[in-house]
This record gives sequence, C-alpha cells and structure tokens, in this order.
Amino acid sequence: MIGVGNPSRGDDGAGLEVARRVRSRGSYQVVGGSYELMDVWEGADDVVVVDAARSGSVAGTVHRFEAHAEPLPGGILATSTHSIGVADVIEMARSLGRLPERLVVYGIEVLDVTPGAGLTASVEHAVDEVVKEIDGA
Amino acid sequence: MSAEREIIVDYLARVEGEGAMYLKLRGDEVLDLKFKIFEPPRLFEAFLRGRRFSEAPDITARICGICPIAYQTSACNAMESAAGVQLTGGLRSLRRLIYCGEWIESHALHVFFLHAPDFLGYESAIAMASDFPEQVAMGLRLKKIGNSIMSLLGGREIHPINIRVGGFYRVPTKGELATLVPDLEWARDAAVATTRWVSGLPFPDFERDYEFVALHHPDEYAIHEGRIVSNRGLDIAVDEWTEHFEESQVSWSNALHARRKGGGSYHLGPMARYSLNSSLLTPTAREAATEAGLGASCTNPFRSIVVRAVEIVFACEEALRLIESYRSPSTPFLEVEPRDVTGHGVSEAPRGTLYHRYAVDSEGFITEAHIIPPTSQNQLSIEEDLRAYVPGRASLPDDQLQWQLEQAIRCYDPCISCATHFLDLTVVRD
Repeated sequence: MIGVGNPSRGDDGAGLEVARRVRSRGSYQVVGGSYELMDVWEGADDVVVVDAARSGSVAGTVHRFEAHAEPLPGGILATSTHSIGVADVIEMARSLGRLPERLVVYGIEVLDVTPGAGLTASVEHAVDEVVKEIDGA
Repeated sequence: MSAEREIIVDYLARVEGEGAMYLKLRGDEVLDLKFKIFEPPRLFEAFLRGRRFSEAPDITARICGICPIAYQTSACNAMESAAGVQLTGGLRSLRRLIYCGEWIESHALHVFFLHAPDFLGYESAIAMASDFPEQVAMGLRLKKIGNSIMSLLGGREIHPINIRVGGFYRVPTKGELATLVPDLEWARDAAVATTRWVSGLPFPDFERDYEFVALHHPDEYAIHEGRIVSNRGLDIAVDEWTEHFEESQVSWSNALHARRKGGGSYHLGPMARYSLNSSLLTPTAREAATEAGLGASCTNPFRSIVVRAVEIVFACEEALRLIESYRSPSTPFLEVEPRDVTGHGVSEAPRGTLYHRYAVDSEGFITEAHIIPPTSQNQLSIEEDLRAYVPGRASLPDDQLQWQLEQAIRCYDPCISCATHFLDLTVVRD
C-alpha cells in the first residue's frame, strides 16, 4: 500500500494519512520522488496507491481505478511542474512492463491544500472509508 | 511589410518549475522576446538571516529536490572558507563523491526524460517509453544509481540530512562504499552507451560564441573546488565574484538576471565546464567524448545532451576512483567557527556554477545571504540564443517554431524553482 502526498499541504496529505493508519500492520518506508514508485512496487503483485485528486467532484469523493486494466483518466490526480505525477508513472511502468499484476488506485478529492492546514472533515471521512476498504480487501 | 505575429508559451513543459516564453516577430525580425520566470519568489535569502551559520546547508538544500548537494556544498564551502578551513583526505573525497551522485541522477533525468524526447519528437518521456523502453529503463536505473550514492552518504537522496559544515555527521566505512561499485561499473558502461546513442540524434545547425564560465582546478575536472575562469581570460578567486559579475532585475522575471560587469551574458553548465576543462576528464569519459565527435569545445547548445552524457561517464568513473582510494577520515567533520566574516562558496551544480555569499556576525548568526543559482545567471544567454535562433527560421509555422524555441530553452536544463528566491518589493506612493 503506497500513500502519495505532502503532509504539509492540507488535504494533499490524505494518501499519506491512509498509509499511516494502514502501516501499523507492517513495516514501511518513506521515498522521495515519483519515479521511485516503480522501485517501491517492484516484486509486489497486489498494490494499492492512494493519492489526492482534484477533478471538480465534491470534496471527500473517493475515486477508484483498476490501473492494471486501463490508464487512469487524465487530469484527476494531483500533478506538479516539478516532477511527473502518479498517472504518468503508471503509464511509463505499463510501457516498461513494470506494472504489478493488480494495481488499484484511490484518488481522494481534496478541498483545501493551504500550507499548514490539516485534513478537512470530508476528506478525513474519505480517509476512514479508504482505510476500511483496504482493510477489508 | 510582413505582418507581426506572436508566439506565446504560457507553461514550458519539461523544465523544473514555472516558466513561460513570449516572442513577437515581424518577418525575420524579432521585435520582442522574453524568457519569463513566473514561479513565485521563494525568499530563501531572507529566511537565512538570523539563523546559525551551521543551518545554511540544511536550509538551502530545500531550494531544490534535484540538486540539493550543490546548495549544501556551496553553503559549506562559504562557511569553511570564511573560517579558513579546508577539507582534505577522506572528507574531501566524500564531498566530491556525493556530488558525483547528484550529477549522475540530475543528468540522467535531463538526458533521458526532459531532453531526449525533443529530438525524437515526443511530447514526454512517458510517450517515448513505449517506443524506446530500453533507453527509458536505462535512464531510470542510472538515476537510481546516482540517488543511491546520495542516500548512502547523505542519509536520503532528496534534501540529504547527513551533510554539515566541516564534513558529515557520520562517514561511511570503506565496506559500505564498496557496495556501490557493481552498480557504478554498470552505470559507467551504460553512460558510454548513452553518449553513443545521443550523439546520433539530429541536432539543428546552430553555434554561438559564448563566454563560458566554470570552476577550474589544475588537477581534476572541477566540481566543488577551484578558481572561476572563462574562455575570455577571466581567472579569479571565488571571493572576487562580486567584482566581476552583477545582477539586475527585469520586469518579466522573478529571477534576477546576471551579466559580466562591463560585459554581457555568459554561459554556465556542462558545455562551459567541458569547453574549459575537457582535458581533465577521466580516460573513459574523454574516449566517449571523442567517439561522440566532440572537439575540445562545444558551442551548439542542442549538443549539450551529448556533453551531459559524457559528464555521466565522468561522474561514474570518478566515483569509482574515489571509492577505490577512500580511507575513512579520523573524524567525520572538522570544527568550523566563522565569526565576524563574509564567506564565499562556489560549486558546479549540474546546471552550472552556483555561488553563495554569507555575512556572519560575532555570534555565528547569518546577517546577510546571497545565492546566485546557475539558471538565473543563464537567463540572458537563453534569451540571446532565442534571438539568434529565429532569423532564417521565421518562415516555420508557429507550432514548429514554438517547439524548436522551447527546445532551445530546455538545452539549459533550467531549474526555475532554484532561480526564484529573491523578492525586490517596491512600494510607489503618490
């Protein structure tokens, strides 16, 4: 299970919060860059990635994609001018034959990504929901 | 008279940070051209005031996730030279070794993911990956190997935490360094193959007569130590920087422009280093350069991709040499206590010379900080390249001209986030 985000940017930390709650079940590691995602899931056959999303839906909406089956729709997951985003890493991995057999991606719709802000209530609720879904899987 | 036309790029792709370009043409004549850096100011120089001298490497590392070692090294160099301390032996080797790691990861990122798609006609490396999976996989592995040097010596690859003024918090054993060797041997060979591959890419016929500026060291291809030299006779100590260079603000950029005092633009980065120091490259890197058709100098900015590949070969070979000859220093760091002094520090970031200057008070607190990154210094040269590139190509359709001009900017591997940590606020009142 991989959480993606920046804990100092409000709701963008949603994926990390899911990872924090799930990681009590095992070991964990922190990595820096997005290209490293492929190294992180190397050797795993069932992978879950949780990232922040901004598609225009209501905050707290949980998007779920089976990325092993088809590309993620464009423009939903957070991206940056500083590195490539999760959707792009997934497509690069697909071209290189480095996708896990099963790769489920959750995108949690954000509201407030102000530096220093915490998670908003609806995103907090979405985090609970995703943790339950991962735990039940 | 031909009509005026404008080419506007709101967001440059495949550069680090937020930049734009504006071009206004009449026929072949460039009426207006701006390389715009609109990434917001980041205020690092102001953050540093009032902090301990020892905090400078950790704070400035945050300027860039790709070249944090450059910031840490220039900051350490400034504080150490202010205190009259110089690293030697194993400590010096480690400082150079971790910098090799940064060159490898940063250059691999640019060569394979930011620059190669330009020559092969792809929008991105993601699009390129399905047709060139071997090259993309090679780029990823090279980048990872560069990162692994940074992680081993620095504690982590992005914003390393094990670097301090005077050396390191903990130094690795020879055995720990030896674990890097098999990967670095693979990387050196992969970089030779990369040089061969990129030397065959189609390059526009375009040369410019640059003033190249870089560090020069008599005994080695300079990375972290040396004098500042140019191909037009400049040869100065690091602390003479302000006597020879000056910065000014332009309305269209949040990064200060720089020029030679009493002169014009200058060009920093791999082509400058190569042109000034190629005779000091390691043997395999020299061979790779010769095989790739590089002469003693390179003045076609589009071929900088070849020079970067040669520098990856060099960085791998140099890293192997440093590991081979490494002897653990007796202490992980030297005591450094700058007091009531100004320190200057320079090192060769992957994109070019990075200059730091700090004034430190009698208690060891920073009272003034100046950070002059390579991308801001290269802005004038970038704009001059664009102006020189357009004549003779103005008949191209807008989309093709735009695509080629964007490529011309990407030749510099501009790191826009690095360039913008200054804010000059002027309040005008009636």
